[in-house]
Amino acid sequence: MPYFTRARTKAVRGIIRPDFEYEEQVMNLPLREIAGVLIATVSGRIDHASANAFNSALEPLLKNCVGGAKPLILDFSGVEYISSVGLRSLMLASRQAKSQKGAFAIAGMQPSVQEVFTISRFSLIMPCYTSVEAACKVLGS
Amino acid sequence: MKKVIFWGTRGSLPVALTADDVRQKIVAALNAANGKTFRNSALLNEFVDTLPFATRGSFGGHSSCVEIVSGGHEHVICDMGSGARPLGQSKIATYGAPNPQTYHIFISHLHWDHLMGFPYFTPMYLPGNRIIVHGCHPHIEAAFRLQMTAPCFPVDYSQAGAKIEFDIMTPGQTQYIAGLNVTPKLQLHAGDSYGYRFDSIDRSVVYSTDSEHKLESLEEREGFVKFFAKADLVIFDAMYSLAEAVSVKADWGHSSNMVGVELCQSAKAKRLALFHHEPMHDDNQLLRLFTETRRLEEITRHGHDPLEVISAYDGLTVNL
Repeated sequence: MPYFTRARTKAVRGIIRPDFEYEEQVMNLPLREIAGVLIATVSGRIDHASANAFNSALEPLLKNCVGGAKPLILDFSGVEYISSVGLRSLMLASRQAKSQKGAFAIAGMQPSVQEVFTISRFSLIMPCYTSVEAACKVLGS
Repeated sequence: MKKVIFWGTRGSLPVALTADDVRQKIVAALNAANGKTFRNSALLNEFVDTLPFATRGSFGGHSSCVEIVSGGHEHVICDMGSGARPLGQSKIATYGAPNPQTYHIFISHLHWDHLMGFPYFTPMYLPGNRIIVHGCHPHIEAAFRLQMTAPCFPVDYSQAGAKIEFDIMTPGQTQYIAGLNVTPKLQLHAGDSYGYRFDSIDRSVVYSTDSEHKLESLEEREGFVKFFAKADLVIFDAMYSLAEAVSVKADWGHSSNMVGVELCQSAKAKRLALFHHEPMHDDNQLLRLFTETRRLEEITRHGHDPLEVISAYDGLTVNL
């Protein structure tokens, strides 16, 4: 598993919810480099339960996704499901990279995840590639 | 509750088919017929039923107006968009003018597309009728009067023959109205909007339109999951794609088909009606959205009970 969970009952964003079991997750995004492109591997589900962990894991990578730096590709081949919250995270990430003049893209989505991108019309606003190799060919040095 | 009738399903502004739209439907139907002949009208109608909805029908163009048939003697209506005109005519045709009726009208908010049908709602001119307008906006009566004040409309509000009353409800507080438990909920929209949950002994319907969902708020999400919980029908503002709703049209006060599916799945609702259709979308685009939303529900079901997805159109009756 690319991330682990620990369940706890606590205040979430200042809201006390003693009867709600909130799972705080930590997500790892293993990194590799191909042809001068940084590739972060994302796995599992990105939904309301894991979106914060995904955002936190992505944050340091995005910080370095600036003009002149190595392009950042998210390898989505291990992602089984992405919800609206996860898509929103991607939109914000893409927006941040663009504002920093960095290159950012998603690659290798499973067919069902690709369908979600199409239905949500995120395929129209996010740079997406069929595979990591295809993305590297375009974005790599 | 017995059924829900959609009298107006279009968002923001009423629309109408153009001559070219009708021509395209005729051409598509004739192409599909491909020279077939039909011995009688029953066979012809059978063929028409096989055509895509965008060819044989239309989603319609009236703005928001939905009737909930409670099974009691009093009428329950959500919003007074332009669909209120055919609704009013239908009531007059059914009950006749000299047969006083009571109408409960629940108003989501005071924007014109949700009020514009009231001056054309014939029962409001007939003495003996009683109309109770329910809503959470404190100035709801002023908004009703304003649109029937010169120069906005030729007939002044004072010309109403029916007895019109206003009931200011409190979000979160359930009231027993026309045999139903009705609970309003505050929604995110410019000037605020309110959704309504209607519960009878064995059925629940949620009317939730003109409502934007901020995806980052867990508290908001849980509030709506609770509001939609196990509803037989959720009527949901699906005006935009998710991409539009979180980017170029963020803060415009509307939601998407994807968020509707997710909330209804989490709430274990039985049926989702896509509603408040984007006025720029033609029938083919709306049909595509409908088909895609059904597919989305299928691929995100993950072993849960199926959520039936329908796309509301003017004239649709949903049996509960």
